[in-house]
Amino acid sequence: MISLQNVSKSFGSGPSAVIALDRVDLEVADGEIFGVVGQSGAGKSTLIRSVNLLERPDSGTITVNERELTSLSDAELRVERRRIGMIFQHFNLLSSRTVRGNVELALEVTGAERRERRRRADEILDLVGLTAKAGVYPTQLSGGQKQRVGIARALAANPRVLLSDEATSALDPETTRSILELVRTINRELGLTVLLITHEMDVVKTVCDSAALLEAGRIVEQGPLVSLISTAGSRLARDLFPLGPVPRHAGSTVIEITFSGGSADRPVIAQLSRNHGLDVSILGAVIETIGGNQAGRTRLQIPGSAAGARAAIDDLRSQGLLVEVVGEGNR
Amino acid sequence: MIDPSTPGFWQNLLGVVMVGTGQTLYMVGVALAVTILVGLPLGIALVGTERGGLFDAPFGSRAVGVATNRVLDFVVNLGRSIPFIIVMIAIIPLTRLVVGTFIGTTAAIVPLSIVAIPFFARMVEIALKEIDPGLTEAAQSLGATRAQIVRKVFIPEALPSIVLGLATTITSIINFSAMVGVVAGGGLGDVAFRYGYQAFSPTYVLVVVVIIFVIVQLIATAAAAIARRLSHASLPQPGLRGILAPGTRQQSI
Repeated sequence: MISLQNVSKSFGSGPSAVIALDRVDLEVADGEIFGVVGQSGAGKSTLIRSVNLLERPDSGTITVNERELTSLSDAELRVERRRIGMIFQHFNLLSSRTVRGNVELALEVTGAERRERRRRADEILDLVGLTAKAGVYPTQLSGGQKQRVGIARALAANPRVLLSDEATSALDPETTRSILELVRTINRELGLTVLLITHEMDVVKTVCDSAALLEAGRIVEQGPLVSLISTAGSRLARDLFPLGPVPRHAGSTVIEITFSGGSADRPVIAQLSRNHGLDVSILGAVIETIGGNQAGRTRLQIPGSAAGARAAIDDLRSQGLLVEVVGEGNR
Repeated sequence: MIDPSTPGFWQNLLGVVMVGTGQTLYMVGVALAVTILVGLPLGIALVGTERGGLFDAPFGSRAVGVATNRVLDFVVNLGRSIPFIIVMIAIIPLTRLVVGTFIGTTAAIVPLSIVAIPFFARMVEIALKEIDPGLTEAAQSLGATRAQIVRKVFIPEALPSIVLGLATTITSIINFSAMVGVVAGGGLGDVAFRYGYQAFSPTYVLVVVVIIFVIVQLIATAAAAIARRLSHASLPQPGLRGILAPGTRQQSI
């Protein structure tokens, strides 16, 4: 649905040039919610703004809805942009227009006639739950309501894709949740493909099907969350289940077991202790619902070296669990 | 020397002042219309041709954009720096070309417009620069054309500031219009000069001052009220809000 190939972008020139995107490849499948995470300055904003060419990359190709955008003329690009909705961190609503007027802007651009504009605006405002606020000006709305208007405006012209540029970063946790639920709903009901960027892992955890980690302009990892969490050494998975720094204990081995899907409800630790006669202690554990499935990570401490615990680790792995040795104490 | 005890003084004053006021309103009104017509696009062009602006690369060339911006900026600065009395004399050939003569009230409109246009263009430029660039981006993301962005984003969003800038512009046109007596342009300034100064009648000066003060005051008050009415960005007291924008009443319940 969205495909970025070898996209690079830098700002400035000469030795002071900043590379915002460095040969980025990104594949977003039809109908999924894809989250790009990264710290500020990683190039997230440049990445999402290049998808609808608000920022034109220096090189690479961008394909959305089966159209390669970088080769289009201005007029052709405008037509394609109508099929790509976008919402923003600071909402970007016109203060000179009412809520309904803001939504209608998207339809005026497409040349829809007055009656049709009105009908569609009211329909979409109903979808985002703002019918009662149609005649109100944006300054009288809360942040969450403003973002709902933003979403309504982005969806008014029936796009196939929604881009979200830190859409919940200016909102409180509760409002964030309600906006994410709305994004989830429109993704399911309208079959909309969503690409979002965020610095909050919680957003990825709550709504995303797939994710990518962006670091210094490069995609470090990407894939469906379900496969990321069962990938050894995945940094995204580690961030999804934060267990904090690994403690150092002399004479013991620290392992982390990632549970997902069916393995989450098996008495793994009890078996480990019984079958191998090990005094296992639990150092930390996190359980989350990811993509509708329970998944989690448990950090265990086993006495002795990794070699000594080898049998136990092999046993766990043979059960289809992801086991990583994260700390090995030397006597 | 004429003074209020002269027979027919008040009647004469009334006639002269009415003619003067009419001439002033005529000059200022037409000059204002021309100023808006030319100054608004000029202000938009000034902002648009800046780096990252909507028209920063006309005909696909950034160099054209830079050149256009520099030229416009220079012209505006030039127009604003030359004293009005000199402008009036310097552009006599242009006035003759446009109006057919450089003498009289209609002819005075040309120099008045010439000085007011750059003034107003700067006001428009300042007003447009206050607009959050995010709004332009949002419109672009919807597939809006440049013309649509100007019409639907730039002008409506900047309108409250533009209206206030317009009031300042009108005041300055009125101010300049007092000098057009030099080219027999008439108006209130000419009344004050001829009757007040040359005929030594302070009464005329006082009456002219009062009339101009009232006009300027009315314009400033009206502009402030219109700007407030147009601006939905900052809320005045809720009671007034309800009267000004009936559609928003449900909010205050």
